[in-house]
Amino acid sequence: MEITTRPPGSQVRPAERPVGSGRSRNAFARYFHSHWTEARRSWRLHWQLYLLVIVPVAYFVIFKYIPISNAVIAFKDYNVIKGVWGSDWVGFKNFELFFSNPVFGTLLKNTFILAFYLVLASFPIPIILAIALNEIRNGLFKRTVQLLTYAPYFISTVVAVSMTILILSPRLGIVNDAIGLFGIPAIDFLGDPDYFRHIYVWSDVWQTTGYSAVIYMAALAGIDPALHEAAKIDGASRWQRIRNVDLPGIMPTAVIILVLGVGNMMAIGFEKAFLLQNDLNLAQSEIIATYVYKTGLVNADFSMATAVGLFNSVVNLCLLLFVNFAAKRITGKGLWG
Amino acid sequence: MSALTTSPLSRLRRKPAAKERIREPFRDRVFLVVVTIMLVVILGLVLLPLIYIVANSFSSASAVSAGRVTFWPIDFSLRAYEVALSNPQILRGYYNSLIYAVCGTLISVTLTVAIAYPLSRKRFFGRNVLMTALIFTMLFSGGLIPTYMVVQDLGMLNTRWALLIPNAVGVWQVIIARTFFANIPEDLHEAAMLDGASELRYLRSVVLPLSKPLLAVLALMYVIFQWNTYFDALVYLKDQDLFPLQIVLRNVLILNQRNVGVADVAQQLQQQQLANVLKYALIVVSSLPVLIIYPFVARHFTKGVMVGAVKG
Repeated sequence: MEITTRPPGSQVRPAERPVGSGRSRNAFARYFHSHWTEARRSWRLHWQLYLLVIVPVAYFVIFKYIPISNAVIAFKDYNVIKGVWGSDWVGFKNFELFFSNPVFGTLLKNTFILAFYLVLASFPIPIILAIALNEIRNGLFKRTVQLLTYAPYFISTVVAVSMTILILSPRLGIVNDAIGLFGIPAIDFLGDPDYFRHIYVWSDVWQTTGYSAVIYMAALAGIDPALHEAAKIDGASRWQRIRNVDLPGIMPTAVIILVLGVGNMMAIGFEKAFLLQNDLNLAQSEIIATYVYKTGLVNADFSMATAVGLFNSVVNLCLLLFVNFAAKRITGKGLWG
Repeated sequence: MSALTTSPLSRLRRKPAAKERIREPFRDRVFLVVVTIMLVVILGLVLLPLIYIVANSFSSASAVSAGRVTFWPIDFSLRAYEVALSNPQILRGYYNSLIYAVCGTLISVTLTVAIAYPLSRKRFFGRNVLMTALIFTMLFSGGLIPTYMVVQDLGMLNTRWALLIPNAVGVWQVIIARTFFANIPEDLHEAAMLDGASELRYLRSVVLPLSKPLLAVLALMYVIFQWNTYFDALVYLKDQDLFPLQIVLRNVLILNQRNVGVADVAQQLQQQQLANVLKYALIVVSSLPVLIIYPFVARHFTKGVMVGAVKG
């Protein structure tokens, strides 16, 4: 092993260090020098590791960073022949066009309301499920419920949407059969824009509740049993223990989940909205992601679609940073420690 | 290591010793009954749609088209399955999806390990910069069209590569793998180095054999992603022969595409009826592979989610 190697920066003994004006330059030099030594040493020891990361790093550069640089076409009039860098600059023209397009207000509203509704609806239910499961002592029942509520998570979006369509079908679907028993005429749920958001959100809750509950189950298991014992001795009922021990115990997890949820609001799934969409419910089902797809790949307006996508990414990033900041201020804990 | 093998979940299953069990007060027992009823209701809400689909898929075409099926098959019939499993389009989709799932997972797991292992070495110069660069791609992306342009420039459009490469590595999966590797005791590394092993040799002979649970989790995540996704295929593929199952399903189930070329009205009606029940059978057939393996792997999956959640 490298017994002879001195710790980085130890070449300069404290006594030799000049005092006064030269100090800051010297500090920089030492900083640079130590990093340089460290890098060289790391290379000598780990060149095989650097070999290993070449391919994955190339992947990230090609499929994640080049697209980011390609996004400059949002500020250009993209022309296939001239290429990304040869096309003419148009400044913010694409953005201005988008913002003044009457569809802009609708898109923003649809995306925001859908995303917000989704975050709000899918936040409390997994917590309720996890706490309820945590109260159950019967292992078999508990495991069965956990496993079965988890199942819909593994169903693909295409299948989940098809199921939704079949179940809500006006003529054959079981939901309309059920409300028919009460004498209510059949409703064409997917043909009415007003139902779109409810369908989207509640089918999502159906798919993800069991999965999300797992995280809370782990958080609940991490609560110090001594707290529960102490509460029991003080005569707290189960309900009181849930309110005063369990809920505060999972609060940090809940905050992180909520922050992530709100932070990813604008990245709301294209897959599902696109599948649930039809000409009749377009008034509420057209969101930014589906609009980008149609503008870019169906109408082949690359610059405009990129501009809209970029707008979405920037709004999403700002939202995430803001929510993270807020969470840090309120609870002292954000996403990054 | 320990992060995966002794997850907090294992503590969930611990039963209290017999002497701890004291008869609970009346209000708590009532509360427990309420909780149990609530869980049964939730379970019902989750399962009823699934049961409804399965019941329909095993019913006769006429019963389904009349809307008579609820939660139990009527006029039990396997006709829909016969039709579904003999349709060349669907079989082709199945075959393609298998290819994408197997090859995609191999590529993805290899690349994920290749970047996660160096990132887990503390003396690996540049790991913080690299990690930050990876996490940044989670927060901000170029978007659909700029990525499409890259795939186009690489000549991957309308080839199988378009589904295997552009989404090969998930940052989340890298974080999970890195956390796992970082928990392998450092002593092993020192011992291997003293024995003259190189970094690659150490990875191959010590780390990977110890990482089977991790590899299982990663493979599972990627397999399910490849099996269930349709977006990349929708965007990058035009050739019907390359379509994965999910795109075929979308065409049949949601866009209602059928090969109608039948003149006879009675035959057409029959085909219409068959098309209805066929949808239910297709849903079952396509979801079955994943739903069969998931109970066995759910626990691993859960652990993977936990590791990510702890570090996330």
